[in-house]
Amino acid sequence: MALKAEHEMHSRRRSRNTGVGLLLAAFVVLVLALTVAKVTSGDFELPRAETLK
Amino acid sequence: MTDISSQPQAFEGEASFGDYFALMKPRVMQLVVFTALVGMLAAPNGVNPVVGFASILFIAIGAGASGALNMWWDADIDHIMKRTANRPIPSGKVQPGEALSIGVALSGLSVMMLALSANLLAAGLLAFTIFFYAVIYSMWLKRSTPQNIVIGGAAGAFPPVIGWVVATGSMSVEAWLMFALIFMWTPPHFWALALFMKSDYDDAKVPMLTVTHGRKSTRKHILAYTVLLVILAVGTAFTSIGGLIYLTTAVILNVLFLKGAFDIWRRDEAQAEADGYAVEKSFFKLSLLYLFLHFGAIMAEALLRSSGYGGW
Repeated sequence: MALKAEHEMHSRRRSRNTGVGLLLAAFVVLVLALTVAKVTSGDFELPRAETLK
Repeated sequence: MTDISSQPQAFEGEASFGDYFALMKPRVMQLVVFTALVGMLAAPNGVNPVVGFASILFIAIGAGASGALNMWWDADIDHIMKRTANRPIPSGKVQPGEALSIGVALSGLSVMMLALSANLLAAGLLAFTIFFYAVIYSMWLKRSTPQNIVIGGAAGAFPPVIGWVVATGSMSVEAWLMFALIFMWTPPHFWALALFMKSDYDDAKVPMLTVTHGRKSTRKHILAYTVLLVILAVGTAFTSIGGLIYLTTAVILNVLFLKGAFDIWRRDEAQAEADGYAVEKSFFKLSLLYLFLHFGAIMAEALLRSSGYGGW
């Protein structure tokens, strides 16, 4: 019996790894967008220690 | 030695990404996203779109995390009930320990990120909601009292309040009215389901009202809660989140809902069995539309109000 190069187990692992990778990338983009939105909003204030420099 | 017989064991626990996603109860997450969004839009303050999007996302992740914790805890009874036997843990796709880890990790992440994106009060409410659903409802109430879904329904009612708090940083009567709408809607919705999913809860020994007090009593309870819900739902039309669109929607839906509850109350088990629980099933379907359209109407009023229309 010939061994199949790709078992269903491999496709499941691939879907898991791809999913986690995409989620991490999306999380990085989200945190960046959130940071930009926060620092460009009108009520943003630098911490006191930063403004003294 | 490796042989063919070792294959199935090696395969176990090899969940796909979709199996992990299913742990988070995506259909419940849809409702959470929708009601939290309505709560946020109905609030008098505007929210930065990025902050609003991120906050709704973290509320949804928190809800999904509590769903994973619920599946971890309830794996034994999910295995018995037909409705839940295909969930990721009872079907063997995801290991219980994985569900616990995902639930705990995502709970922490969602609460922390909501505190950063919105405010501490919203994050605190989300943490309380997760605790309420996973511990108070799943671990305690669900298997100990027939009032399980009455009190446990509070967990599903919090998202619009959290959405409101994301926008305003504080709570108000209107936010709690939206909470009350979901809270009062939950018992008739689940009791109708319990009436036609006859043997599931009996087999799993979950003390649903149908099991502890009988089906006749459950029918009375559905009518009683529906009457209270109708008063609340129509009354909400005359608050600052209501308006003509909401009132029209509420009057039509509540007349239909009340009629459905009355029909359920009027019939007995023999009649229900004769038509395959048709009335109970249609009441259950109507209940889904009922909640969706009420919150849709609140959203419509909020959007119109922001462009100078809507409201009273």
